[in-house]
Formats: sequence, structure tokens, C-alpha cells
Amino acid sequence: MKKALVSALALMMASPAVAERGSDGELRVLYWQAASVLNPYLSTGAKDVDPASMVLEPLALVGNDGALIPVLAAEIPSIENGGISEDFTTVTWRLKPGVTWSDGTPLTAADVAFTADYCMAPGFGCAVLAEFEGIKTVEAVDDRTVRIHYGAPKYPPLQAFVGGRTPILQKAQFEPCLGEAGASCTRQNFGPIGTGPFRVTSFEPGNVSTFEANPHYRDPAKPAFATVTIKGGGDAMAAARAVLETGEFDFAWNLQLAPDIVAPMEAAGKGKLVGSFGSMVERIELNQTDPSPALGKERSTLAHPHPFLTDPAVRRALSMAIDRPILAELAYGPAGKPTCTIVPVPLDFTSGRDDCLKQDIQGANRLLDEAGWLPGPDGVRQKDGVPLRLVFQTTVNAVRQDVQSLVKQWWSEIGVATDLKTIDGTVFFGGDAGNPDSRARFLADAQMFTDAFYLPDPASFLEEFVCSRVPNDENQWQGNNSVRFCDPDFDARMAALNQTGAARERHRIAKEMTDMLTADGHVVLPLIHRGMIGAHANSLAGILPNGWEGSLWNIADWSRAE
Amino acid sequence: MTETRRQHDLSVTETVEASSVAAGITPGLPPDDPLHAGGETRSQWRDVWRQFRSHRGAMVALVLFVSTILFVLVGPYLWTIDPTYVDIRARNSGFSVAHPLGTDQLGRDMLARLMAGGRVSIAVGLTAMIIAITLGSLIGLVSGYFRRMDAPLMRLTELFLALPLLPLLLLMVTLFREPLSQSFGPAMGTFILIVSAIGATSWMQAARIVRGDVLGLKEREFILAAKSIGTPAHRMILRHVLPNVLSPIMVAATLGIATAIITESALSFLGLGFPPDFPTWGRLLYDAVDQMVMYPWRVILPGLFISLTVLCVNYIGDGLRDAMDPRIRGR
Repeated sequence: MKKALVSALALMMASPAVAERGSDGELRVLYWQAASVLNPYLSTGAKDVDPASMVLEPLALVGNDGALIPVLAAEIPSIENGGISEDFTTVTWRLKPGVTWSDGTPLTAADVAFTADYCMAPGFGCAVLAEFEGIKTVEAVDDRTVRIHYGAPKYPPLQAFVGGRTPILQKAQFEPCLGEAGASCTRQNFGPIGTGPFRVTSFEPGNVSTFEANPHYRDPAKPAFATVTIKGGGDAMAAARAVLETGEFDFAWNLQLAPDIVAPMEAAGKGKLVGSFGSMVERIELNQTDPSPALGKERSTLAHPHPFLTDPAVRRALSMAIDRPILAELAYGPAGKPTCTIVPVPLDFTSGRDDCLKQDIQGANRLLDEAGWLPGPDGVRQKDGVPLRLVFQTTVNAVRQDVQSLVKQWWSEIGVATDLKTIDGTVFFGGDAGNPDSRARFLADAQMFTDAFYLPDPASFLEEFVCSRVPNDENQWQGNNSVRFCDPDFDARMAALNQTGAARERHRIAKEMTDMLTADGHVVLPLIHRGMIGAHANSLAGILPNGWEGSLWNIADWSRAE
Repeated sequence: MTETRRQHDLSVTETVEASSVAAGITPGLPPDDPLHAGGETRSQWRDVWRQFRSHRGAMVALVLFVSTILFVLVGPYLWTIDPTYVDIRARNSGFSVAHPLGTDQLGRDMLARLMAGGRVSIAVGLTAMIIAITLGSLIGLVSGYFRRMDAPLMRLTELFLALPLLPLLLLMVTLFREPLSQSFGPAMGTFILIVSAIGATSWMQAARIVRGDVLGLKEREFILAAKSIGTPAHRMILRHVLPNVLSPIMVAATLGIATAIITESALSFLGLGFPPDFPTWGRLLYDAVDQMVMYPWRVILPGLFISLTVLCVNYIGDGLRDAMDPRIRGR
């Protein structure tokens, strides 16, 4: 809890001197992917959640250091203050006094309870249902107290209503939208009433949305801006130009561009880049099952282990051949740091193994020699007639294609032949069961993408790698364990983690599990710890990076500097 | 005797001069004994070539096109750097002895990449064009010549014209990429896929043009004459109709090459084309667009090659059309 206090203090200190509400005029923000809805329960994309976070607020936010910051809650529940029950089956939140919605009505515990019912209503298809997993009921004890009952002990207990993806909705407004009606409630989904610093004045899906300062916001001095315009469309390149070169916009989001492109733009002196490092890690997954087309319907299923990627020596050699610092420098610049783990934050959960950072082609060659993989006549290593030849797929993206070419070359230096394949991003991340090119279907030997988790405790993220989450025909290829890692030892630790409350013990187990996947097992090869890069005009003050929340998370504190 | 002979000669000269002015042919009647008339024999194609040579733009274009083809075919044997070899230390280098056309953001040699890329792009352009033209002319001829086939074939053409190209290509790639890569290898499989995808989606214009011309031709006297002596349909099409619609087909074909090269680059850009380590001119162009401001040559060079090829092919087509049209030839 000391941590929470520290980050709250940091927040207060970072806020600029007291200004008047609405005194700084218009703020122009560019999101090159436009929002399609302002209700995070319908869409978890950052393009939708970020604008919504200006209007809708959760009970608590995650700070940049991973500690929780109370927003609508008076304090963060803990065992010490009685908010979390000793047996980890209930969580009691107390709301801040005197908070009102932007229409002037007071915020009550009934709104919080309603929001949970709204997301968990059958037939709705809540986009963040996983955050509500294990909740039996949410009960409004009195106007300012709400109690979450879990059916069984829940670790970590603080999950729902933490972070901008699960904000509180107004019961009076969303009551007609329960269940199947949810997706068709256009008026509500496009113009939610919130407690945040701004309220929606107009919203055009896929284009422009405008906001104005919320007259009922709890801090009378905030926000400093009277109106906010969020323009959507274009691409990252145009967005960077609009802020850094022409100065048409004050802020642009998610600029994944090669460093040698943005550096000269920043040198023009109109704006600055800010990077916030959350849990995003670019990784290569090595398929543990055989994707060979000869297997027909049983391709990439647990019935057929991979012919050579199940050999730990091969996986380790593939990892050793990659020069991660060069990748970070060439392709990501300020937006990425080389990493050896898929849980880079919070530091308590990071195992700190960094032996992968040094490229070792010779060592990798020696390792393969010792394991019996010897170069064939064409230079490709083989053993028992199985050549080390793999298909390496990723999404269409200039930076990723550069990384693909580099990795292919390094792997060729250790006698591994690689065929590259690129897939359109929407297809690759698409969830359609009949899609042969999706990440979950994984009809290739290696694939590269970025994944992240949103709560500082990585338990639910690590749970993606248990055996039962392997995508297969029965679950419509929907599981998250796309690498098809299946180890009873890992599953046992997961079970233990789910029954452990003590923080230190949780850290230890989570680190062991991460290492089984990465530093020891080399099933997942972490490459780059990625930051979310935004650009803002020099005249904009108050921007604080936060890797856990959206770029607009503290927009109430933003102001126009002289 | 002498008088009559002189009269005859005079009248012959008059006729020849009178007719030659209108017809634009060389003065002189056919020799009485054509088999032993002497002199060189003249075939149709020799005439076409002679006419083609007089079209200056077409000749320049032909020379440029042939040198481009030599550049991409023979070049890689002289300049042996691997176009996919990544040399990080040499990245973003300008024109130098080691890399005459510089290197890209990963230090891959631009000259080698342009050669390798040209091979693919020109091959895709030519092959897709041949497929589209063959399909288009066939459908155009059949629907123009056989009245009964006209309506169904033209409705089919309209159906294809109305199909949204991109979703169709997406579907084709999803369905056929895997099986084709299995049987022909990833590069050849993609080549076949792209070429047939472009070919199968760009034959409609040619079909419509050809049909229109055939409909017009069918009403002409020489067709009627041929019909009246009982020429069968296939010979009619091959001997009388097809040669007369060759010039619009040629024009459509040259334009088709250009479109095919550009469509291929768009497909590569969307990730539906060749694998990323497989350079094509279109991909080189798209890859370089982000760094356009700092390294303009990386955009200009592949752009130049694409435009040059397209322009050359258009000029050659123009010259060929003139040369093959008997009404223009000789003027």
C-alpha cells in the first residue's frame, strides 16, 4: 500500500500549478485508428478504450509502477483495511463521497453492481468477461459500499473495475441495454454518461468525436481544456507528421515507426515522443505440435508433437542465434528494449534472467552439433532425415518484416532454413474458427507477434499457457495457448499459484513458470519489451507515461504550457 | 503490231498510277508469272517489322525494354551479391563502389535487389497479361461471333466486373496458397497464384473490346463473301476475324502488363503476394515509402524501372498496332 501512496503522490506532484477548468481551449488529438464505439464492454481495442476513458472511470487505475491508484474508490481494498476478506472470497469497495455523473445525479453502489450484472448478463457477449471470472454476485451494501462475492478464493482478488477496460456505467442510462439488447443500444454506446473529466458532445464512429469539460467533475479546477476533438484515420506516419512536423494536432497515439524515420521529425522541435512501457512483449512462439500439411485436420494438434521444435537444444540454439539488442536498436529505437522474459513488469514478478541478450552463433552451432543435428549437403542441418526447415509467419508491418529478414539470416548462420510468410493483421488476429492463418490455428513452425496483460499480477496471463487452453477442433481453435505448450509440471504450478495468497510466494511461482516458458524452456522467445510511443506538441504539459493504461489515462491533468 | 502494243502499255501505266494513288501500294501490276518473278519475297511479318522500324518511339522503347530484360536476366550473373543478404554494418549506405546503388535499411544491396525484383515483376506482368488476353479474346470472340453465346458470356463478364477484386483475391489466397506452396514451393506457388489471380480478374475489358469489334466485322462484305463460299466457323474466326481484331488486343495487352505489375505490388503490400524476403519492384517501392524523405533514391529507382517498363511496353504496343494495321502500313 506504501507503493500506492507513492504513486498517488507522484501523480499530485506531476500535476501542473492550479489552473481553471476549461481555460486552455481546445485539445486536438489524433488516433490514426478511429474509435468505433465508446463502450469498453463492447470492444477492448485501445482505439475505443482510450477515448472512452475520458468519460468513463473505473474504481481504480493501475499506475506505471504496477501499484493501484484509487479513482472512484475511496481507498484500495486490502486485507489490512478489511476490504479483502481473509479467505479471499469477498472484496469490499468504498466509493468516494460526493461523486456525481455528468448529468448531475449521484454515483451509487447500485451503479457498480449494475455494471457487473451488465457484463455478466447471458447473451450479451461482454468483451472483458474474463475480468469478471469467478464472481458470483456483486451486492450494493449501502449507497457507498459495494461487495464482490467470489464463489471460491480468488487470486488476485482485485480484478473487475480495476483499469480503464472495466469502468463503471450509469445504471439509469444502461438499464434498457441488459443482455442481448446490449450491442444494439446505439445511443448509450455512442454517448455514455460518465464521471470522468469530459462528456461526449458528438460521436461519429470511425471518424471524429468531440468532448467538452464535464461541469460536474469532482475536481473544480480540472480539466484544463474546455473541449477535446479526437480525429481518427490515416496511418502512423501521417499522425507523426501532423504532430511533429506540421503541428496540426497536439497529441498522436501509437506510432510504431522505424527509429530513423521519427528521429529527424522530432529534431524539427515542434513536439516530443513519449514512450510508456507496459507489459507488451514482442515474441516468437515455437510451435510444439506438427503443422505438416500431410496431417490434414490434425495439423498443429497435440496428437502430433513437432518433429524438431520439441528438442530443447534446437529451441535454445534458435534463441541464442538472435541478437536482440541489434533488433531493438534497428527496428524499434526508443519504442523497444531487448528482453528475455514475457513478464517484463512489474519488477516483483520479473525473474531477471538476461543471458539471452548476448548473441552466440558459435555456441548455437556447437549445441546443435552436440545434439546430433549435422549440416547436410545444402548447409541445412538434419538428423534422421528431418531437416531444420521452418515456416516463420507474422503480420504485415514494415518493422516486423525487417525483423523477419534479420532473424532468417541469423538462423541461416546456424544451419536452419526459414521460409517467411506474412498475413494481414486482421486475419492473423481474427478469431474465426475456419481461418487457417490465425494466430490460434498456427499452421506454421514459428510466429511473431506482441502480447500483453493488463493487471499487474500476471496470473491470468500465465494461465493462458496451461494444457487445457491449447486451441483445438473442439474449442473452435479459440484457446490462447497458441504455442501449444503442454507440461503437467507447469499446470501443477498454475494450480498452486491460484491457491496462493502470499505475495512473495506468488512472485516465486510466477517467476518459475515464466522461466519454464522462456529462459529455460525457450518455447516462447521474447525479443523486445515494447513501449507505446505517442507524440505530443511541446506546448502540452502534464502527460505521464503509463504502460498499463491508455494514453489518455490522466487527461484531466493535461494543460497548455506557456 | 507496234501500235497496239504501245497502246496496251500506256493503258497499263495509267491504271497502275490511278489505282496506286488510292491504294497506297507500290506501282506495278502483279507479274504475269508470280512464281518466277524474281526479287525478294515479302511475308506479312517482314512488312510488319519494316513498318515497326519506322516508328521511332517504338524502336527506342524496344531497345530500352530489351536492355531492361537483359539487366534482370543477365545482371545477376555479373553482380553476384545475394539480394537478401543482410549486412547491418552497411545499412542505409549511399552510392558507393561496394554498393553502386546503395543499400536499404537492413544493408541489402539495392542493385542486386532491383535485378531480382525485376525478374519477378516482369515475369508476373507478362504471364498475367498473356492469361488475361487469352481469356479475354477467347470470350470476346465467342460472344461476338456466336449470337447464342453472346448474352450468357456478356452477363458473365459483367458479373466479373462487378466482383470486388480485393475480397476475391483474399479468398483465392486463403484457399489456394497452402496447396500451391505444397506442390510448387513457396515462391513458385505464390507466382502461380498471383499470376492466375491477376489474370482471372483482368480479362473483362479485353473481352468487351474484342466483342464489339467482332460484332462490327461480322457485317462486313468479306465476311459475307467468306461465309457464302462455306467457310467453317473455326477457320472464319482464325483466318478472317482474329487478324482484324489483333490491334485492339495488342493495345489491351500492353496496358495489361502495366496493370499486372502494379497489382502485384499492391498485393505484396497487403501481405497477399510474395514472401517478404522475395524482392519485387512493387515491394521495393512500398518498403521505401516510409523513408522517402531521407533516402529518395530507394523510391525513385524501383519507381523508375516500373514506369520505364510500362511506358516501353505501351510504346511497343503502339508501334505494333500501327505496323499490323494494313490500312496504315506503308504510309
